[in-house]
Amino acid sequence: MSRAAAFYRPNRPLLVYAVLYLAFLYAPVALLPVFSFNDSIYAAFPLQGFTTQWYADMFADEAMHGALWNSVKVGAVAAVFATILGVFGAKAITRFRIRGVKPVLGVIMLPLVIPPVIMGVALLVLLSQSGVQLSLITVTIGHILICVPFSIVTLMASFEGFDKSMEEAAADLGDNSWWAFWRVTFPMVFPGILASLLLCFTISFDEFIMAFFLAGTEQTLPIFIYGQLRFPQRLPGVLALGAMILTATFVIVFLAQWLRGRSPGVAQSGSE
Amino acid sequence: MAGDDSYLRIERVTKRFGAVVAVDAVDISIGAGEFFSLLGPSGCGKTTLLRMLAGFETPDEGEVYIDGQPVSGQPPHLRPTNMVFQNYAIFPHLNVARNVAYGLRKEKLPRQEEDRRVEEALEMVKLGGYGDRRSNELSGGQRQRVALARALIRRPKVLLLDEPLGALDKKLREDMQIELRQLQQSLGITFVFVTHDQEEAMTLSDRIAVMADGRALQVASPKEVYNRPTSITVADFIGQMNFFEARVSETAGEEAVLDAAGFGRMRAKLGGAALQPGASIVAALRPEKLTLSPARSDGAANAVEGVLEAAAYLGDRSHFHVRVAGLERPVAVAAQDWAVGGGDGLDEGAPVWLTWDNDSVILLESERR
Repeated sequence: MSRAAAFYRPNRPLLVYAVLYLAFLYAPVALLPVFSFNDSIYAAFPLQGFTTQWYADMFADEAMHGALWNSVKVGAVAAVFATILGVFGAKAITRFRIRGVKPVLGVIMLPLVIPPVIMGVALLVLLSQSGVQLSLITVTIGHILICVPFSIVTLMASFEGFDKSMEEAAADLGDNSWWAFWRVTFPMVFPGILASLLLCFTISFDEFIMAFFLAGTEQTLPIFIYGQLRFPQRLPGVLALGAMILTATFVIVFLAQWLRGRSPGVAQSGSE
Repeated sequence: MAGDDSYLRIERVTKRFGAVVAVDAVDISIGAGEFFSLLGPSGCGKTTLLRMLAGFETPDEGEVYIDGQPVSGQPPHLRPTNMVFQNYAIFPHLNVARNVAYGLRKEKLPRQEEDRRVEEALEMVKLGGYGDRRSNELSGGQRQRVALARALIRRPKVLLLDEPLGALDKKLREDMQIELRQLQQSLGITFVFVTHDQEEAMTLSDRIAVMADGRALQVASPKEVYNRPTSITVADFIGQMNFFEARVSETAGEEAVLDAAGFGRMRAKLGGAALQPGASIVAALRPEKLTLSPARSDGAANAVEGVLEAAAYLGDRSHFHVRVAGLERPVAVAAQDWAVGGGDGLDEGAPVWLTWDNDSVILLESERR
């Protein structure tokens, strides 16, 4: 028996491990929708009966509407700005010969490993020292900061996926760099841009800690949810909201991942 | 100043990448409507030189003139050149017609006129009616044609081609060579063609620049490069060649008598070379300039005896290796009319004679090889 065949044989202990791992990861999350339809204000077994009352209550809540709208605004603006910066960064990193690009990239990626609490406090200190009023704008700034690394990583894959000679061909055919970007680079990396927008939006939409420090009187959805938890009778409504956010986030992230693998340039380089 | 009749003038152009000199003081003049090839092994600087003509690289020293205008300050999109890229760089998000029409943006043509130009360009490369095809539905040869149409539609002063036939299989490549040559002659556009394939360069070009280590070693017609190479590197790169270390023993008028290891005396035409008796040189002989015979025949200027070591029958010609006493390597001989083995008695191991004329000998300066 060859080593390769042995290597590809199904490995039962590993399979068990994988199943347990996924169960541990997602079982608690799966409980959320289950309890959100449970006819009881306590999130506990045994289940009492099916109801959609918590969803109805939540939809009727004016404060929730305001928080949801705030989160959508912050998420959309943060996603657009982070993606624009991501396009610049990814293009620079993948296209130009830059001295010391590795350390620069490291600094850009730093927000991925710095705890959000530290980042939040640091930004809070900076902003209040410079006399900036806390508002949704400051939350957005904080969110752009943590979204940019994700945007750059997503877009770098798109830029690396297509041949530099495409852009050279555009220049050769009479386009200056601005036209070449719009007519060639942008359509080629468009799936990556879309993926980055969706990813950044979900990151901002779900983000709590930075928003907690940087929001003024207006609250985003995660802050609203946190506030609701002080009232036990509001818990089922929060579960209903959580189940909906969860579903939306899953859909968007899967969409983003799918788009990322679909760049025309990626298919192109594979055939060469 | 480009004062002569050259259309594209490369004047002492040097390009360095860090410590590496990619292109080293290259001086080339290319005439209008000429099919010019930059030939050399990979890493010889030919592609870098082409990219400097297109504007993707800027020379560290020297200047490029196109139609009398210095172009070093011009970015690629303002140059009167267009390029066919090695991998063709067909835009995958555009169909064939949009690819070909890409360079017409600034001309702001009415739609009908633009469509007409596109169809005209596609017909020129024998892809008439292919406009609606998606670019990922094209074969390698079709991609190459689209790239050509896309470059030619802008009516460039100079068309630059970066190994455009390298990715095609042999049969298709040979067909495209003929087409490319016909296209160039009917359009009268100056072509600068980069290739590492010496046969391709010989087939296509009016003139060839043989490059090695960033230098243009010889710029001449294919015939001259083949028959009168000016250095051992060129002679070695173009076709097959036998090299013999030799010493000049005497010169008389147009003829020199050499003392070559293993050959004894060898007569050679000087061909304008000024050689002093006693000078160390290298004598080079093309395999097809040697005549193989089973017995010594009189009349030829040079003759040497050897043993047939190996023979290969290739159909249109045969290749032989003849071992000559005192030579390190066997002598390569090519002949059209010798069958291998059988009736002619040319079996491996048979004693044979090689003869050749004095004007077949190419005299080259000794250099480290």
